[in-house]
Amino acid sequence: MLDYITSYLKSDTTPGQAGNFFWAFVYILLIFLGLSVAVIAMNWLERKILAHMQVRLGPMRVGPHGLLQPIADALKLLIKEDIMPAEADPVVFWIAPLIVVITAFTVFIVVPFGPTHAVTDMNIGVLFMLGVSSLSVLGIVTAGWASNSHYPLIGALRSSAQMVSYEIAMGLAVISAVLMTSLNTDGTGTLSMIGIVQAQQAQQTWFIFKFFPLGLIAFFVFAVAMVAETNRAPFDLPEAESELTAGFHTEYSGFRWSLFFLAEYSAMIAVSSIAVTLWLGGWMRPFPHWLTGETWDLVFSLFPGVTFVLLALITFYSTIRMPKHPYFRVQTIGLAGFGAVLGLIGLLLFVPPVRDRIQDIYWFAVKVAGFMYLYIWYRGTFPRYRFDQLMKVGWKVLLPIGLGVLIVTGILGVVLS
Amino acid sequence: MTERSSHLELEQADKTYLDSNELIINMGPQHPATHGVLRVILKLDGEKVLGTECVIGYLHRGVEKIAENRTYTMFNPYVDRMDYVAAVSNGLGYCEAVEKLLNVEAPSRAKYIRVILTELNRLASHMLWLGTHALDIGAITPLFYTFRDREEILKIFEKYCGARLTTHAFRIGGCQYETYDGFEEDVTKFLKFVTPKIDEYEQLLTTNRIWVERTRGVGVISAADCKALGVTGPVLRASGVKWDLRKAQPYAAYSDFDFEIPTGQSGDTYDRYLVRMQEMRQSLRIIEQAVGKIPDGPIMAKVPKVMKPPVGEVYHSIEAPKGELGYFIVSDGSTQPYRVRVRPPSFVNLQALDQMVRGQLVADVIAVIGTLDIVLGEVDR
Repeated sequence: MLDYITSYLKSDTTPGQAGNFFWAFVYILLIFLGLSVAVIAMNWLERKILAHMQVRLGPMRVGPHGLLQPIADALKLLIKEDIMPAEADPVVFWIAPLIVVITAFTVFIVVPFGPTHAVTDMNIGVLFMLGVSSLSVLGIVTAGWASNSHYPLIGALRSSAQMVSYEIAMGLAVISAVLMTSLNTDGTGTLSMIGIVQAQQAQQTWFIFKFFPLGLIAFFVFAVAMVAETNRAPFDLPEAESELTAGFHTEYSGFRWSLFFLAEYSAMIAVSSIAVTLWLGGWMRPFPHWLTGETWDLVFSLFPGVTFVLLALITFYSTIRMPKHPYFRVQTIGLAGFGAVLGLIGLLLFVPPVRDRIQDIYWFAVKVAGFMYLYIWYRGTFPRYRFDQLMKVGWKVLLPIGLGVLIVTGILGVVLS
Repeated sequence: MTERSSHLELEQADKTYLDSNELIINMGPQHPATHGVLRVILKLDGEKVLGTECVIGYLHRGVEKIAENRTYTMFNPYVDRMDYVAAVSNGLGYCEAVEKLLNVEAPSRAKYIRVILTELNRLASHMLWLGTHALDIGAITPLFYTFRDREEILKIFEKYCGARLTTHAFRIGGCQYETYDGFEEDVTKFLKFVTPKIDEYEQLLTTNRIWVERTRGVGVISAADCKALGVTGPVLRASGVKWDLRKAQPYAAYSDFDFEIPTGQSGDTYDRYLVRMQEMRQSLRIIEQAVGKIPDGPIMAKVPKVMKPPVGEVYHSIEAPKGELGYFIVSDGSTQPYRVRVRPPSFVNLQALDQMVRGQLVADVIAVIGTLDIVLGEVDR
């Protein structure tokens, strides 16, 4: 048994490829845990960042600077009364959020947080991700239908039309990235997520800069399509608050609603990870071929620790700035404690063995976090598209661009090889 | 649910929405984008609007009937509760109507104070419109910006008369309160503060591709239709009619000021947006001039303690932020009006909704309700 567990540590593949179920299970647990924490953090960050864009403070009351707000919200959702409309189809009504949340989490099986930090590496990785994530539309349609109500029905119809049409543009963009992987010496492309990053490593460039500006355009198509795919502003028509109250989940509340919420955010993270893997070099640190050598390796390996220490310093600064009123004593102590935890994590990340192992995951997470910030930024800036305009953008703008990029990339690939 | 049947009812009662192309949905009275308690029954074919019907009256308080049981002075605060985002304009219209009936004229200092406060209120009203309109179309940020700046106006109101929203700022015959010390400086400071802010709103929206696409060509109404339906205010002006009561039949001290009437051409939502943005700048111009040459003197005309206007009737209308706000008052010679009829701009403008959204999409209904700038307190009274 112990051999079984330790044998994997010596191999340098993913647990899925090594056939080690124990470690695969551990990875799945870790990813699930990490995702849940990420969603909670995202919830708080979105409210805070959006609030500061909109000259207000956001959550401030539950915990210092509202840090405990997501937890309070989650608790509230869990203990809420379970409401199901009398006219709803109970079985389908239950299954819908499950489909959405399961698909949203399943895609993370192939997300490569590092060369060995993935549950498994499928040779059809990208295809698997696109396929599974597009299944979530099924859950949305069933949710809208099962509610047996007008607003959710319209929301569900909008959503299905939107997801189906943007999937095509997205797929075309992905294919052009996959084509780029075949531009190596032996001319073999790959659909494997890990393979794609390794191809970028081998070609010494991120695919976003490949055949400039082709890679950039393909990335742009994907970046727009992925916002539409996850139903976020400015493409949040299925849940357009001002038009359809809440779209397909109008009739949902409590735990089932929180499943939709969880799924929405993990889907955002999932598509962002595809974008990072395909165009932004996945787990690779910036300039891996330009800034080489021992010193640069050391400098970049200090980044994770520095980030956390910086966060801790910001927290301590906020602690000092807390009001000096006895009423805020517990909050101040709590904030200082939070800062201390962050600082300890930062210090832990400076330890050489940890530092080397965490590198890949850190760079991957940072890139994904960049996308998450973009999502919030979009939401703060853009008005919402109308349904026909959304379709126009999908079919008349993104699809031809994606197709064009694909063709040009193909021709260039043939000519250059 | 009301018992009354709508003209939008489906022909066969047993048709469910799953096997029919037409769909009737209720938008409101509790809906985030109907600006209060407006209920719109929509008949849809997919996303296309085949017809609408407005159900109003959820906020009916019988303001006009209340007037018949109050003296002229006692009714004055009630008018603030109609268009509660432009309470000062309501008060101005009522006071001037009664003054016309009594045949008194407010002193010129009072008139200037009235103009300043009314124009500030127009700004506040337009800011609220902009914020909610943008929110309906999906841009959530302008709402917070406009509320931040509207706050400064409300602070001036609060300092002037103690109330922020339902101000009851004017009295029949003038103003009750002299301006507080530093009123002029406050207003001038506000003008300096708000001018770049309006540019900021425009930066966020005017050239925003999505905003333009969402508003251009949406809810078009021609000048002829506007006139036929009695639509007034920025909606009429955006259709190309240069009609502003401040110029057409100047009241208060408006004839003393130099300002322009912004007009649009196409009568769509985008033009209405531009017209209102321009109106905000023109209001700033008027306030600037008024503060500069505010005369000294009394603020109240000589009005009897117990008002008994001569038998007769009067109609007086002013340019409220939302359109022509008219008061028709009939006096029977007693201390109480025999009848007060209000011509609220929101109520009349709301009539145009059906014509503006027919054949457009659901999302446009929201945009059009926003662009009509209705306040349900005024529609239902």
